[in-house]
Amino acid sequence: MIPKTKLDGNELTVYLSGDIDHHTARKIREVTDALIQEKKPSRLFLNFAAVNFMDSSGIGLIMGRYRMMLLFGGSVRVVSIPENLRRIMELSGLGGLNVLERSGELSESVK
Amino acid sequence: MSNEMTITFESRSSNEAFARSSVAAFIAQLDPTVGELNDIRTAVSEAVTNCVVHAYKDTIGKITINVRLTDNNSAIIKIKDKGCGIEDIEKAMEPLYTTAPEEERAGLGFAVMQSFSDDVRVRSTPGKGTSITLTKKLRLRVANV
Ligand SMILES: Nc1ncnc2c1ncn2[C@@H]1O[C@H](COP(=O)(O)OP(=O)(O)O)[C@@H](O)[C@H]1O
Ligand SMILES: [Mg+2]
Repeated sequence: MIPKTKLDGNELTVYLSGDIDHHTARKIREVTDALIQEKKPSRLFLNFAAVNFMDSSGIGLIMGRYRMMLLFGGSVRVVSIPENLRRIMELSGLGGLNVLERSGELSESVK
Repeated sequence: MSNEMTITFESRSSNEAFARSSVAAFIAQLDPTVGELNDIRTAVSEAVTNCVVHAYKDTIGKITINVRLTDNNSAIIKIKDKGCGIEDIEKAMEPLYTTAPEEERAGLGFAVMQSFSDDVRVRSTPGKGTSITLTKKLRLRVANV
């Protein structure tokens, strides 16, 4: 899966879809990191609206981008999280880093 | 009614989706909820990924999954590899512990298996391989009269 992306000023949005596992995370990581390095956005949105499945490889993917954005002085926000992915997302401790959009929160990425 | 199936496949990352989907398809005959199936897919994906990433690091080997459905509506899923084995199982199971941080492993595979199934058993011999047994109890449905 090659994710769709959108650059709006200094905000980059990556639209993930399908299954996120160890196999598919690689391509997503490559595409996302190349864009971060090229465009140096100050905000990265990872949009999970079209994701059906995720295992802990997805957590690694989010954590990795979180660290990378910190390095560039930016931040990450995971948005449009499907209900069935809430449990694994919260198990990760990502909630404590204020990276996850809360359930019911008006999506910041929707403009 | 009890039932059983076994599949063996190569430790290629492209087989991770095949493995979790196959197990879910077999268990579907117990009429599980969408949530139960999602739990099973997630736990199996963790165990299989560990075989691909850790057990057979830098090589390709065989992964065998055996699923047994019991009379009391449990699925017992065994995932086996003949890879490098685990030296210290207790340490390996600690949340956030990983030997492959460079691959962006989160160290949460065992934590996810434990959270998404009812029981996780690990047997491993360094140099010989590892077997993970996941038990998932499916909620009992009212039988049709
Ligand atoms: N099948 C296996 N064979 C060898 N080592 C394993 C296996 N499964 C897990 N491990 C070891 O246990 C550690 C923790 O596994 P896990 O909780 O899934 O985290 P992660 O896969 O993110 O490293 C791994 O980093 C690895 O060292
Ligand atoms: Mg793992």
